[in-house]
Amino acid sequence: MAIRTSTQQESPIWQRVTRQRWILPLISLVLFLGIWQALYLLLHLPTFILPSPAIVWAKFLQVLTNGIWWHNTSYTLLELSLGLFFGAVTASILGYILSKTPTLEKLLSPFLVGSQSVPVVAIAPLIIIWFGPGLFSKVLICALTVFFPVLVNVLVGMRQVSQDLRELMDSFKASKWQILRHLEIPASLPVLLGGLRVGATLSIIGAIVGELVGSDRGLGYLINLGRGQYDTALVFVAVFSLIFLAASLYSIVLFLERRALKWQTWQEI
Amino acid sequence: MNSYPENSLVVQDLKVSFQETDGLLQVLDNVCFSLQKNEFACLIGPSGSGKSTLLRALAGLIPYESGSIEFPEVHGRKPRTGLVFQKANLMPWRTLEENIALPLQLAHTPQAEINKKVKEMVELTGLQGFEKSWPHELSGGMAQRVAIARSLVQDPDILFLDEPFGSLDELTRERMSEELLRIWNEKRKTILMVTHSIPEAVFLADRVLVLAGFPQGIVLDLPIDLPRPRDDELRYTPQFAQAAATLHEHLKL
Repeated sequence: MAIRTSTQQESPIWQRVTRQRWILPLISLVLFLGIWQALYLLLHLPTFILPSPAIVWAKFLQVLTNGIWWHNTSYTLLELSLGLFFGAVTASILGYILSKTPTLEKLLSPFLVGSQSVPVVAIAPLIIIWFGPGLFSKVLICALTVFFPVLVNVLVGMRQVSQDLRELMDSFKASKWQILRHLEIPASLPVLLGGLRVGATLSIIGAIVGELVGSDRGLGYLINLGRGQYDTALVFVAVFSLIFLAASLYSIVLFLERRALKWQTWQEI
Repeated sequence: MNSYPENSLVVQDLKVSFQETDGLLQVLDNVCFSLQKNEFACLIGPSGSGKSTLLRALAGLIPYESGSIEFPEVHGRKPRTGLVFQKANLMPWRTLEENIALPLQLAHTPQAEINKKVKEMVELTGLQGFEKSWPHELSGGMAQRVAIARSLVQDPDILFLDEPFGSLDELTRERMSEELLRIWNEKRKTILMVTHSIPEAVFLADRVLVLAGFPQGIVLDLPIDLPRPRDDELRYTPQFAQAAATLHEHLKL
């Protein structure tokens, strides 16, 4: 009989290092900064075309200390949070109602299909024209971008609720509210959160487009401002802030998803 | 009508039909039978004879057209019923114990009482140590145990089982049959179980009802006078074979 003894061996240093999850992204980041700095030094480009990492960093510290950064970032953050919240909530409620009234769903289906193919950002200028450059129009754009992916996913999720489990709930004489709370919400949550993840990423684009079209505050406004003043370092600061914001938002939704769906850890989300 | 004090279920001239798109589909007619208190009855019949439909009508999941289904009162109250499906039907987002607790939660039972009853059911069905497991981690047999525990947790007076072991392999199936007998012995309920296995029916039941397709109703009501407690040995006795043969004869119609 063959007996397998421990095959555990000292792994090479390289393997042990790369096993750390954060190490490879860090390396690529450092490489990126290195290439950027090298390009800056080699090409002798003027600062308004390509500022060096150090200049961008200095700019960041400057707008951070004089409050300009937070003044604008917080505004974009506010638009996003309000837009995401209202968009997701109304989409969930409407999705539930539609799934319970098939006639209404069929009636609205051309719009649902259409909404999947037309990016909401395309009508962002229209919304600015109608509702002015204030906070409301940006929140509306964010809400609309997140609205349709969530709505469609709620419909899909509700359709996926197992008929057998519905019958089980019936056998316990569960009320409509109990069926919603104990069956329909948990059963459709995975699909709903998937829609929210897509919607959250899209809504950032919506917010920025809205701010670029017309605004006096926010990261999109900061980009416009930097461009107008040939302050390219400021544009870079705004763009990196946006990337950071988008990544954070995505991570938050992913975290929520993992928390809510811990029962299906066996399945890669 | 309380003229059958010993009965826990009386069914008379039950007729069930479904409204299909192309007309009325008649499934059951002339179904008459009664179950005595604490009796273990099996319902057997060829596929398509409406066994599951009958059980669903009894459990109140589907309406019936005419006839009557009566549950005489127990201790001055309406009897409670429980239903176990062919599939375990567990909620994948609930742990084993949360799945068992579901009917109690729906009935707004206080949490302390839920904990106590769930613990009791876990012990009764031999699921100790798996309380926090997720359904996808359970084998088919264990999942079906959870389903049984869930149906028993409300302490029903009558338990309807719809081919509860139909999806299990032969060995697990026999083990589960014995477990079910043990639980029935301990808890004393009226049980009506749909099965398509003749040996299973003979092994478990006090009585086997044979349901023939529309419009015949129950065509045979066969008492199984085998001694209890029953164990594996019984499966090889002449009496067992005799009962199985009789049922087989009536199923071939």
